[in-house]
Amino acid sequence: MTTELPPPLPPDAANPHPVTASSHLGIRDLLAESITALTARPARTLLTALGTVLGVAALVATLGLAKTAGNQIVGRFDELAATKVSVRPESGGFGSSDRQVSVIPWDAGDRLQRLNGVVSAGTKSDVDVGGDLARAVPVIDPLGQTAFQIPVLAVSSGTFGALRTTLDTGRIFDDGHDDRADNVVVLGTNAAQRLGVSRVDNSPAIFIGDQAFAVLGIISDTAREPDMLSAIILPNQTARTLYALTAPAEVHVEVDVGAAELIGTQAAIALAPNNPDRLRVSVPPSPRGVQNQVEDDVNALFLLLGGISLLVGAIGIANVTLVSVLERTGEIGLRRALGATPMQIARQFLTESASLGALSGLIGTSLGVLTTVIISATRDWTPVLDPWLPLVAPVIGAVIGLLAGVYPSVKAARMEPVQALRSF
Amino acid sequence: MTPVVELQGVTRTFDSTPPVEALKATNLVINQGDYISIVGPSGSGKSTMLNVLGLLDSPTEGTYLLDGTDISRLGERQSAGLRATKIGFVFQSFHLLSHRTATENVMLAELYSGRDRGGRKRRAVEALEKVSLGHRLDAYPPTMSGGERQRVAIARALAASPSLLLADEPTGNLDTVTSEAILQLFDDLHHAGLTIAVITHDLEVSQRAERVINIRDGVVTETTPVRS
Repeated sequence: MTTELPPPLPPDAANPHPVTASSHLGIRDLLAESITALTARPARTLLTALGTVLGVAALVATLGLAKTAGNQIVGRFDELAATKVSVRPESGGFGSSDRQVSVIPWDAGDRLQRLNGVVSAGTKSDVDVGGDLARAVPVIDPLGQTAFQIPVLAVSSGTFGALRTTLDTGRIFDDGHDDRADNVVVLGTNAAQRLGVSRVDNSPAIFIGDQAFAVLGIISDTAREPDMLSAIILPNQTARTLYALTAPAEVHVEVDVGAAELIGTQAAIALAPNNPDRLRVSVPPSPRGVQNQVEDDVNALFLLLGGISLLVGAIGIANVTLVSVLERTGEIGLRRALGATPMQIARQFLTESASLGALSGLIGTSLGVLTTVIISATRDWTPVLDPWLPLVAPVIGAVIGLLAGVYPSVKAARMEPVQALRSF
Repeated sequence: MTPVVELQGVTRTFDSTPPVEALKATNLVINQGDYISIVGPSGSGKSTMLNVLGLLDSPTEGTYLLDGTDISRLGERQSAGLRATKIGFVFQSFHLLSHRTATENVMLAELYSGRDRGGRKRRAVEALEKVSLGHRLDAYPPTMSGGERQRVAIARALAASPSLLLADEPTGNLDTVTSEAILQLFDDLHHAGLTIAVITHDLEVSQRAERVINIRDGVVTETTPVRS
C-alpha cells in the first residue's frame, strides 16, 4: 500500500496553540455532543423518558383538570344564591329591641338602589294587626268561614324586584301608593285563594278587621322569602299609619352576579352611616372560596400521584444514565485521551440527563394539556389552564434530569482513563 | 532542537502494600522524527509508560518534559489541553463511536482542543485523506473493515497535528495482511516526519521501529534492532 502524504508535519509550526493551552469544551459543542448521544439510540431515549413524561403529564393534567373543574363548579354555582344580599339588625347586641330595629331607615330601598351593582332593593317587615281577621266580603256569613287569620307584611315597592316575585294578575303598588299611605294591598297567591280573590279587573276589596283595602294584584311566585305567597302585603307607609310599624325589620337586595361581596361591604354603611356595625349583612359564600376549595381537594390527591410518578421517572433516568455510563466506558476513556478533563466528562453526562429530562417535561406537558382538553371536551367543560404551567413543567423535567444525572456523572468523571480504554 | 519527550529519572510508584514501582528511575529521550517501539511482557510497566507518556498519569518522581514543557507544573486542565493538542492516541480496539460517521469520529479530536469549530470538518476530511480513506468519509464504523477502522483512528490522532503519535498495540486486533498495511502507514508517517511511539508485545511490530525500548520489571533498556 502506498500512501500519499502531505509535506512533513512539523508539530510546533502546525500547532497554533501555546504550550500551556488549556482543555476547553464550548457550550455549543457540549450541547451537540449530548444531543448526538441521545439521538444515537432514539428508542432507548424515549423509553428512559417515559417515567418522567408520565410524571409531568400527570402533574399538568391534575393542575389543569382541577382548575377546569373548579371553574366549572363556579359556573354552575347557584346564581340565585350568588346574587342575594340581605341586611338585618345585629341581634344579641346591647340595648332593647326597639333600639335595634330603629337602625334600618324607611328609605333603605332607595339608598341601596343608588349603589352600583344593586339591581333592586327593598324592606320587608311583619305587621302586627292585633289579631284582626281578614275577609273578602263586608258581611259575615254565619254559615261558612269567611274570615281568616292571615299574616300581613309591609314592604317597599323595590322589594318585589329584590325577591324576584312573579305577578299573576293586576299590578304591584308603587312609590306613590307608599308615599300617600293608600289603602292598597297585593296578595300572595295562597292568601288570595283563601280569601276567594281570583281576579283584580273588577277592583275587589278585602277587609282586615274593619279596614278596607283595594286589591291591586296577586303574585303567583317568589324566588325568595316564600312567606310572601301566603301573606297580605301592604305598602310601608300604610302599615306605619294604620298599625304603627316602627321600623323595617329587614332589607333584601338583588345584586348583579359578582357584586355580592362589594355590596356586602357597602350596604351597612349606606343604611347606617353612624353605626354600620349594628347591622348584620348576609352575603353568599365567595365563589372564589368555593373554587379554591375544589382545587385543593383535587390537587392534594393527584399532585401526590404526580409527585410519585416524577420520583419514579427520576429513578428511571438515573438508572439508564448509569447503565449508559458503564456501557460507554471506552468512549469516556477516549474522550479523556482526546483532552477531556473529568469535569468536562461529568458536564457532558449531566447535560445529557438534563436534556433528556427537559425533553420528557416537554412531551409530558403536551400530554397533560391534551388530556385536560380531551376530558373537558367529553364533559362539555371549558378547559382552563394557568399560563405558567406549560412553561414551568419542562423546567421541572430538566431539573429532575439534572438531579438524576448527578451520581452517574460523578461515576463517569472518576473513571480511570487507561482502564476505561482497555475495557473493550 | 528540543526533544519531543524527555524523561529524567521518572519513577511511578503505586500505593499498595507493598508499594509497586511500575517504572523505576527511567531516563528516555525521544527526538523529533523518532520512531520508537516500547516492548515488554505483560506487567512489565508498558502500560504505566503509556500513561505517563500520554499525560494520563503523572510520575511520582522525576521530570517529564513534553516539547520542553515540564508537565509536573501543569494543572489538570492544562495537562488535558496538552493531551488534546500534543498527543495523538491510537488504541488496540480503535475506540470509534459506532453511531457517528468516519468524519464525525475524526472531528472528535478537536472537541477539547479549544480550536475553532469552523475548519473542523475540513481538517477531519484532510486527515482521512492522509490515511487513504477519502472514499469512506460518511461510512459508519460497523460497516468498515478492521483495517479501515484503525485508519480512521489514526486519522483522528493525526487531526490535531500532534507532536507525538502514541500507539498502544495498534495491530493487536488485526490480521497479518491488515497489520502490514497499518505498519506501512506508520512507516510513511514516520518518513513524513512524525514522531511515533508504539507500545507492543509483538516483535514483528517492534522491529519496524528505529529504536526499540525494552521494559522489564519497570526497568528500561534500549536495543537497536538489526535492520535487514
